[in-house]
Amino acid sequence: MYVAVKGGERAIDNAHAWLAEERRGDTSVAELSLAQIREQLKLAVNRVMAEGSLFDPDLAALAIKQSRGDLIEAIFLIRAYRTTLPRFGNSRPVETADMACDRRVSATFKDVPGGQVLGPTFDYTHRLLDFKLAAEGELPEAPTAPPRREPTPHVTSFLRDEDIIQTEPDSDATPRDITREPVAFPADRATRLQTLTRGDEGFILGMAYSTQRGYARNHAFVGELRIGTVAVEMEIPELGFAIEIGEIELTECETVNQFTGSKTEPPQFTRGYGLVFGQTERKAIAMALVDRALRWRELGEDNVGAAAQDEEFVLSHCDNIQATGFLEHIKLPHYVDFQSELELVRKLRREATAAQEAAE
Amino acid sequence: MSEYNFAYLDEQTKRMIRRAILKGLAIPGYQVPFASREMPMPYGWGTGGVQVSAAALTPDDTLKVIDQGADDTTNAVSIRKFFERTAGVATTEETERASIIQTRHRIPEAALREDQILVYQVPIPEPLRFLEPRETETRKMHSLEEYGLMHVKLYEDISQHGQIATSYAYPVKVEGRYVMDPSPIPKFDNPKLEMAAIQLFGAGREQRIYAVPPYTKVVSLDFEDYPFEATKADHACDLCAAADSYLDEVIMDDAGGRMFVCSDTDYCRSRRAAGHVGRLGSEAPLSTGPEAA
Repeated sequence: MYVAVKGGERAIDNAHAWLAEERRGDTSVAELSLAQIREQLKLAVNRVMAEGSLFDPDLAALAIKQSRGDLIEAIFLIRAYRTTLPRFGNSRPVETADMACDRRVSATFKDVPGGQVLGPTFDYTHRLLDFKLAAEGELPEAPTAPPRREPTPHVTSFLRDEDIIQTEPDSDATPRDITREPVAFPADRATRLQTLTRGDEGFILGMAYSTQRGYARNHAFVGELRIGTVAVEMEIPELGFAIEIGEIELTECETVNQFTGSKTEPPQFTRGYGLVFGQTERKAIAMALVDRALRWRELGEDNVGAAAQDEEFVLSHCDNIQATGFLEHIKLPHYVDFQSELELVRKLRREATAAQEAAE
Repeated sequence: MSEYNFAYLDEQTKRMIRRAILKGLAIPGYQVPFASREMPMPYGWGTGGVQVSAAALTPDDTLKVIDQGADDTTNAVSIRKFFERTAGVATTEETERASIIQTRHRIPEAALREDQILVYQVPIPEPLRFLEPRETETRKMHSLEEYGLMHVKLYEDISQHGQIATSYAYPVKVEGRYVMDPSPIPKFDNPKLEMAAIQLFGAGREQRIYAVPPYTKVVSLDFEDYPFEATKADHACDLCAAADSYLDEVIMDDAGGRMFVCSDTDYCRSRRAAGHVGRLGSEAPLSTGPEAA
C-alpha cells in the first residue's frame, strides 16, 4: 500500500536543528562574538548594511553570524527586519562636504584643497598572503596625525566654478521612497540612485565594468572618492530646529566623464554619482559609472542598446534579495506544472510518431 | 511573536494592501502596483500571497494553505506555521472549513463558496512577459487592449505543434477586458476560475496584486476551430478512484511502475473517508496527521 511522502513539520524542524549545529561548527573552537565580526570583518558588515539598507553595525554582525557568512542571506535578514521598523521621520540631507574624511582621493588633480588622503586602503598593498596573521600577535601602532577640522570642498565644485562641468538641477522636492512606493518606469534619478545603492555589489560592478569595456562606453575619471563620517540631523517639529541624532559612515564617489556635447547639451564634463553606507568603495565607484550610463536620455545621448543604459533592465535585476529568492524558488515543488508538461510532451510525441508512421 | 502585529504586517501596510485589493476587485484582471514589503520568507516563495492573506485575515478566520494541491508540502507547512505564529488563527486542511485558502499552483477540486477567499501566490503576474520582457511595453499593451501578440503566439503553437502548447499558467481574459495570468495552475483548473469565492492574486517580488470577483466571466484564450481543452492524466486516482480530479504521477519503483494520485490531498482524503477505493487503495481510512519524510 502506497502512502504519499509527507513533507512534514518534523523534517523542517530537524533540518533547522542541524543547520544550527552546522552554523556553530566545531565546539572546541571558540565561538565568534558579534563584536569580533563588527570590528574584524568590517567590510562584510558594511556590505550587509549597504545592501540591507539599514545602518546598524551590530545588527549586521548578528546577521552575518546567523547566516554563517553568507552575505546575501545576511542582507535578507536585515531587510526583513528593517521592513518592520516604525518610521519616525526623515533626516535632513547629509552634508558630505562636511564629512570627517578617513580617505579622500582625486584622480583628476595632482593636489586639491583638503589634500589627497589615502586612508586605510588595500590599494598598493601587495596581495601576498600574510602568514603572520595566522598567528595571533600584537600589531605595531600606525602613525597618527591631527585630523583636519574644516570642511573638505568637493573636487567637482572647482570644475563647476569654471562652468566646465554640468550643473545638477537644485530641487527641494521630497524624493520617492522605493521601499514605500513600487518603482515605475521611466524612473527619476533619485529612484535610480536609491535602487543602485542597495543593489547587489557584484551586479553593479559587472554593469559598470561593461561600460568600461565599450558597452555604452563613457570614460570615467574618479573626480573624487571620499570615505568618512557625516552627522545625521533631523528636524524636530516640537523644537522647531534640527538636532544631530548620530553619525554614519559613507563612501561617496563622483565621477567626471568625458562628454563631447549632444543636440541639447554643450561640450562639458558630465557626472556620475555613487553614495553607499560604510567603507564600500568598489560599490560606490561602480554605482557612479552605472548612474552615468543611465543618464543618456537626460544628456541627449544615443541609446546604443547597451545593458547598462537600460534602466528597466538594470533596476529590475540589481536587487539580490529579489533575485536570489526567485532563483532559489525553483527548488520548491513544481510537480503539478511538470505533470501538465509531461502529458503535453507525451501527447505531442504520440502525434508526431503517428504522423511519421503514416508517412512511411 | 508578540513583538509583531497581528498577521505580522503593521496596520498601515495592511491598509495599503487592502486598497490595492479593492482596486483589483474593482478592475478585474488589472494588475495593481503595490509597495510590496520584504517578508521573512524569500521572494518567489509566496511573499505576495502571504501579504494578501495577512491583509485579508481576521482573528475569526480559518486558514488553509496548499502547495501543489497538498497541505503537507514543505512550503505550505512553512506558510501555515507562519500564520499560526503571527496571527494565531485557526488552521485546517479541510477545504470546506476554511474561510481563506492560500494556494500555489492549484485550485481545490471542491467548489468554493461565497464566504471563502482564495489567495494565489504569483511568480510572474504579467501574462505577456515572455512575449515582451519590458514592463513599460506590456503596460501599454494592456491599456490599449492590444493582445494580438498573445494570439499570434497561440497561433504559432498550433502551426508548429497542431495544438496550443501551453499546459499551465494558461492565459485567460477576464470580464472581456484584461488578459490575465491565472498563476501557474494547470490548465485543467482554468474552468474553475469562474467561481463563487473571491480570488486574489499576490505577486510580492513583482509588486502586483490583481483579483477576480465572484461570478466574473473568465475565458481561456483559444480559437473557434481550436477550442480550449482542460486536460489531465487519463487515469483515475489510484487511492480514491476519482476520475474528475487532477492527478500527480508517482514513480513507484525502478522498473517504471507508476501510480496516479489526486493532487488535492483533502479531496482524496474526503473521498476515501466516504468509502471510495481506488486501484491501489485500502479500505481503511488513512491518517491525515503529519508524518516524517
